[in-house]
Amino acid sequence: MGKIDNHGLKAISPLGGHEPRVDVFTGLQIREVTDRALASLAARQGSEDAVKSAAASYLGGALPEAAGWSEHGVFAAWWMGPDLWMVSAPHDSHELMAADLKQAVGEAGSVVEQTDGWCRFDMEGPRCFDVLERLCNANVRAGKAGDATRTSMEHLGVFLLCQTPGQGYSIIGPRSSAGSLHHALVAAAKSVI
Amino acid sequence: MIINHPILGPRDSQEFTYLGDASLIDRPDWQADNAADQFHDYLYLRDNPAGEHRELWFHEQGDRSWLVVTRNTVTHEILNVELARDVARARGRSK
Repeated sequence: MGKIDNHGLKAISPLGGHEPRVDVFTGLQIREVTDRALASLAARQGSEDAVKSAAASYLGGALPEAAGWSEHGVFAAWWMGPDLWMVSAPHDSHELMAADLKQAVGEAGSVVEQTDGWCRFDMEGPRCFDVLERLCNANVRAGKAGDATRTSMEHLGVFLLCQTPGQGYSIIGPRSSAGSLHHALVAAAKSVI
Repeated sequence: MIINHPILGPRDSQEFTYLGDASLIDRPDWQADNAADQFHDYLYLRDNPAGEHRELWFHEQGDRSWLVVTRNTVTHEILNVELARDVARARGRSK
């Protein structure tokens, strides 16, 4: 794995644009986020504690608890399932994060590069509750900052991360269905705003 | 129907898919002398109780964990929910 520079190619976003898409409504903004590198981290059986401590020293803080996400400096991580997390960092500075993370956890964990497998939309503004409750099962009105919920929207499995209850969320879904997920978000927003 | 997930709390059953009888965890030893008979029973013979039944459910639209759900097939009351891996390990299924 190496960094490829000067290839003359221009990356496109999951929605196919050269710039991230932004949709603005009254009291709501839906913004495509393309600048994060992702890697999944799974603890191997019997090495759960070893992975947690190795990851904590790499990330500068503990991995999140079940159904939560946390941030330490440039790193963020969310819980995906038992002994399974997704780690994220700015793509420009951490393009090779998966390899670095693997070095950090060694044989205790399995790491998979995930950057191009997902698309992310950040939803911001006071109308978030109204839109999200039409999109998914998650009990967003009872949620708190730091919640990470795996749920489904538009028949797609997505992660819903809460930054500020009712005000700021990240929705991470499969990149190959970015258009469908974006359509669902915009349609739900149009139906209430 | 609500399934009380052992890690995530109450979740709507539409997030889950159903596999079948939790006895599927007890896969026979393929090296046993009577493996063919054991696999016949394992694959084809099921109890069909009117009452408590232990079943495997998968949290597909959630954290992707397998669960052993104890459900009353008459009332649909859910009596107990455990992580399938804990059940399997307790039976010595996982190395």
